[in-house]
Amino acid sequence: GTSVVVYMVPQYSSIHIAAVVVSMFSTIICGFLFLLVVKRLPEHVQVDDPAVVKRLAKKLERQQIPLRSDYGYKVSLFSHLHQYSRKAPLTQLLSIPSTVIHPSIVRLGLQYSQGIVAGSNARSVALLHAFKQVIRDYTTPPNEELSRDLVNKLKPYISFLNQCRPLSASMGNAIKYIKKEISNIPSQCKEEEAKTKLLTCIDRYIEEKIVLAAKAISKYAIEKISDGDVILVYGYSSLVNNILCEAFEKSRKFRVIVVDSRPRLEGREALRRLVQRGISCTYVLISALSYILPEVSKVFLGAHALLANGYVMSRVGTSQIALVARTYNVPVLVCCETYKFCERVQTDSFVSNELDDPDDLMVTRKGKTQLENWQDVSSLGLLNLVYDVTPPDFVDLVITDLGMIPCTSVPVVLRVKNLDQ
Amino acid sequence: MEECLVEYFRTQMRTDPDMASAVAAIRTLLEFLRRDKGETILGLRESLKWATDCLTEVDSSVAVSSGGELFLRFISLTSLEHQDLSRCKKVMEERGELFLEKISLSRTKVAKLCHTFIKDGAKILTHSSSRVVLRVLEKAAAEKKRFTVYVTESQPDTAGKQMADALRRLNVPVTVVLDAAVGYVLEKVDLVIVGAEGVVESGGIINKIGTYQMAVCSKAHNKPFYVVAESFKFVRLYPLNQQDVPDRFKYKADTLRTVSDLSDEHPMIDYTPPSLITLLFTDLGVLTPSAVSDELIKLYL
Repeated sequence: GTSVVVYMVPQYSSIHIAAVVVSMFSTIICGFLFLLVVKRLPEHVQVDDPAVVKRLAKKLERQQIPLRSDYGYKVSLFSHLHQYSRKAPLTQLLSIPSTVIHPSIVRLGLQYSQGIVAGSNARSVALLHAFKQVIRDYTTPPNEELSRDLVNKLKPYISFLNQCRPLSASMGNAIKYIKKEISNIPSQCKEEEAKTKLLTCIDRYIEEKIVLAAKAISKYAIEKISDGDVILVYGYSSLVNNILCEAFEKSRKFRVIVVDSRPRLEGREALRRLVQRGISCTYVLISALSYILPEVSKVFLGAHALLANGYVMSRVGTSQIALVARTYNVPVLVCCETYKFCERVQTDSFVSNELDDPDDLMVTRKGKTQLENWQDVSSLGLLNLVYDVTPPDFVDLVITDLGMIPCTSVPVVLRVKNLDQ
Repeated sequence: MEECLVEYFRTQMRTDPDMASAVAAIRTLLEFLRRDKGETILGLRESLKWATDCLTEVDSSVAVSSGGELFLRFISLTSLEHQDLSRCKKVMEERGELFLEKISLSRTKVAKLCHTFIKDGAKILTHSSSRVVLRVLEKAAAEKKRFTVYVTESQPDTAGKQMADALRRLNVPVTVVLDAAVGYVLEKVDLVIVGAEGVVESGGIINKIGTYQMAVCSKAHNKPFYVVAESFKFVRLYPLNQQDVPDRFKYKADTLRTVSDLSDEHPMIDYTPPSLITLLFTDLGVLTPSAVSDELIKLYL
């Protein structure tokens, strides 16, 4: 703005000075507004910044939630993330019965931190059911409005769940939806009516976004499964399992190769469910991937979230599978519901990730536990990553409930969804 | 009823050989709409769908099926809340005529966008016979640009020779090369332009067999690979590889009817994935392959 003004008024005059001052003011105001509008980095990826940690501790103290402390030596590249131990759940620091946190939320937090409820869809559904219980037990205090007070009541619950285990993208979208629905309750609505309305909203969300979406995705995915196919799956994705079972019911002839990796070994659960249905399966560990890939005709992967730049965030190991499949020219299909699409942009797996309990990497064989005393070795760090991001060039097709789209069209779907709402 | 439809379609193709088969199909569907004596809107849609299926049995190209579907969507994408069925039909007919008018101008729009990419002294490689590519080259020749063209012979129907004759009539120096000589000739050319029978959701194209080879070779030689196609050729298909293209598009319509075991027949088309295509020139603008999905969502939703 300043340079344009200087060009247009070459003479040094009072008008010139006034114009310069006005343009300076406008840039300052724009800068200020920009700082207000730009999103700050979330606290859970700034753990190595002491100022941020202090701010978080103060916030938790205000909400009367105990602060969970990090455990063990962190690898320097990931020192900006939390690393908790499963042996010290947050609930041990709470006084039970707690007056601040609803018991179903306490139970949910424990289930998350111990890994009893795991998987993107399972966590979202459990969260929504817990919120339904919270709404049922809620009574509006006098001189308060339900639409504002309930949202404020939910904030400490969300911080508590975040401390137990960082929220997933799908949970984040579900929470945004609930908060929007609550704040849209008209003020003259009676409490009972409002509560039933919210409960039906939540039921409809689960039904539409998860159950019916899975049916729609299966319908599109079954078109891509032909007789004689050899399908590779990784870990346990509820959606991919659903698709394979439905395809088997529609009498498609195919066999499945389940790839698994330590320390979670989630593939065993997938294997168990597929074999129960009668689907012929093979089980390999991820180290045998390049050995098994020449036999494979298609790869089906699930996703934890789909980012706005087309990157797929999924269980660690997924990007490796996509990379090796690409070199063998095997098509990679990612199946993901639209409620997992998120506006975030990420190009690597370092900036925002989750570190699981490092003690999980210890393995006991023949009575000996390797790495038992890893804490004593000062230069040793154990890294148990949970997620990684796959670039869109490795993914051939994304199957969503809106249809089959290329990976680069995720922003288009986000735009279409925003228009709908 | 069916023979009447097919006869009309064949007449349209005969009277104007320069017209795309999809445009002839849409003209036929419009005439069918005018003559239809249906009682309900739903019945009208059903009979239009049936008519499109009949036409795909005559000419199994991708464009006929995509053009028919887009026609149906375009005419129903308006408020049909009138009480009177004849008024609704009139609205649909008007929209049908509007659609036909828009697509008859599409080739000119594509030619206008593409001819600027042909510089003076350029050597162009093209595959088989495409009327859109011919229109683009006509426009470039009319702009007084000097260029030479290499056309592949394109077996099994040697359609490349027709393209070469048409270009000779425009006084453009043209050479016919063997399909096997694409790799040999590529070091001499500056750019590759091909038409498309269908543009799929991934941004890839379905075209005469031999196109995929040409695309792979141009990628290896780092030569730009341009595709020119009208927007009615956008189809809601998503092939993952060559095998995934449905059989009804791969072979000619009479082959599908007469032959029982297709494994002996040679396919007439192949699929070129979007990673090998530089740009697509359409009447909706100049698009990168990843933008095709965006346009398709707008067209079909």
